[in-house]
Amino acid sequence: MDIISDYDTQILDAFWVTVKLTLLSGLFSLIWGTLLAAMRVSPVPLMRGFGAVYVNVIRNVPLTVIIVFCSLALADVFGVTMGAQGNFDALYFRLAVLGLSAYTAAFVCEALRSGINTVPVGQAEAARAIGLSFTQVLTIIVLPQAFRSVVGPLTNVLIALTKNTTVAAAIGVAEAALLMKEMIENEAQLLLISAIFALGFIVLTLPTGLFLGWVGKKVAVKR
Amino acid sequence: MTEVSMAKDAVPAAGEPLVVLDNVNKHFGALHVLQDIDLTIARGEVVVVIGPSGSGKSTLCRAINRLEPIDSGRITLDGKPLPAEGRELAKLRADVGMVFQSFNLFAHKTVLQNVTLGQVKVRKKDKAAAETSARALLDRVGVGNQADKYPAQLSGGQQQRVAIARALAMEPKVMLFDEPTSALDPEMINEVLEVMQQLARDGMTMVVVTHEMGFARSAANRVVFMADGQIVEETTPDQFFTNPRSDRAKDFLSKILHH
Repeated sequence: MDIISDYDTQILDAFWVTVKLTLLSGLFSLIWGTLLAAMRVSPVPLMRGFGAVYVNVIRNVPLTVIIVFCSLALADVFGVTMGAQGNFDALYFRLAVLGLSAYTAAFVCEALRSGINTVPVGQAEAARAIGLSFTQVLTIIVLPQAFRSVVGPLTNVLIALTKNTTVAAAIGVAEAALLMKEMIENEAQLLLISAIFALGFIVLTLPTGLFLGWVGKKVAVKR
Repeated sequence: MTEVSMAKDAVPAAGEPLVVLDNVNKHFGALHVLQDIDLTIARGEVVVVIGPSGSGKSTLCRAINRLEPIDSGRITLDGKPLPAEGRELAKLRADVGMVFQSFNLFAHKTVLQNVTLGQVKVRKKDKAAAETSARALLDRVGVGNQADKYPAQLSGGQQQRVAIARALAMEPKVMLFDEPTSALDPEMINEVLEVMQQLARDGMTMVVVTHEMGFARSAANRVVFMADGQIVEETTPDQFFTNPRSDRAKDFLSKILHH
């Protein structure tokens, strides 16, 4: 078990980057995905069109391509710095968050849209009938009920996102998968190393799943 | 309101007109669901709309606050035409109370929140004032002790009375009732009708789509009978129930009253 003591701080550091990638991308994709869902149900055809095109393009492009695009095209060709002048670790971390958020938002949007469809149309009618505006109907009545009905699907998206952060290794972000690759190259204990990282991800995602499953039951709207 | 000779325009609207429908038409695909509807509802008047299912009476009711857009014609409320969309329409809807067949209480809000929401978000009242008036309204409809429950915890009759309180909280100029008792168990119908009776006695302008003939008889100033998208007969309840003139109305009444 030398390998664990040799790499213990590195493993923790790497998983900490994974956690940061997950939390930040999760937050941004939740916000952006909600806006996209609002666009997809809006009465403005241009917004609906944009939402539909965005989701159908982004959802069908491999995440690796999106992440590498963020790195090669945005940073290297267009010189996007994301506020991280000269600090390449920060730059590629932020680009990874951008790519993960842009990608995951498409799935958040579709999960949420299916949630919106579970809210009976009478709820929105009653809200309009007391004089609420479209935005108020959406933010006060429809989305809160939609969110409560899609905690389960959103949990799946979050778990997928946690594991998808490993793609950030493709642009050199020092998260768990990059360290795993390095350790496999340096050490001859393939099975043990794989097991360590598999366990690490399970430690992250299993409690998340259980906790959010409990939350989902707790907040479910009774009709 | 005593001289009744023609089927249509028989009862001139007493007082100043509040809601005016002028030559209103609407189609659902090939179905011409509202055909040249002319109807004037005066301030303080209770108009009951009855007719067989599919006659367009619910659509008529929903057209008045533009939950159903119309294809042609004009609807005015208090002299102003219905705006097409946006902020103006929302403002108008706040002045028109609506009670639905399926209650449609906000499922994720408590009873009290259901009644305060519009006051706070639309009327911009402060929360304490909104709660005071909400509790008074809930007491008035007899569900004051249910204020902190969620809609799903209430019986249908209680939910519908909360829905009436929610609409009244906006201090509407007119109340629309779209078959308010059709989804209720028989023993709960009366508690809702009593609230509506009281509202009518208090002078609220009401348009009520219903199958409750007892309510039509006792509370209505005027009965509008619709069939196949048209207003076939428009008269006092007494006249309508004792001496209907159109064959369509006679046929309808014979089916619902004699058994």
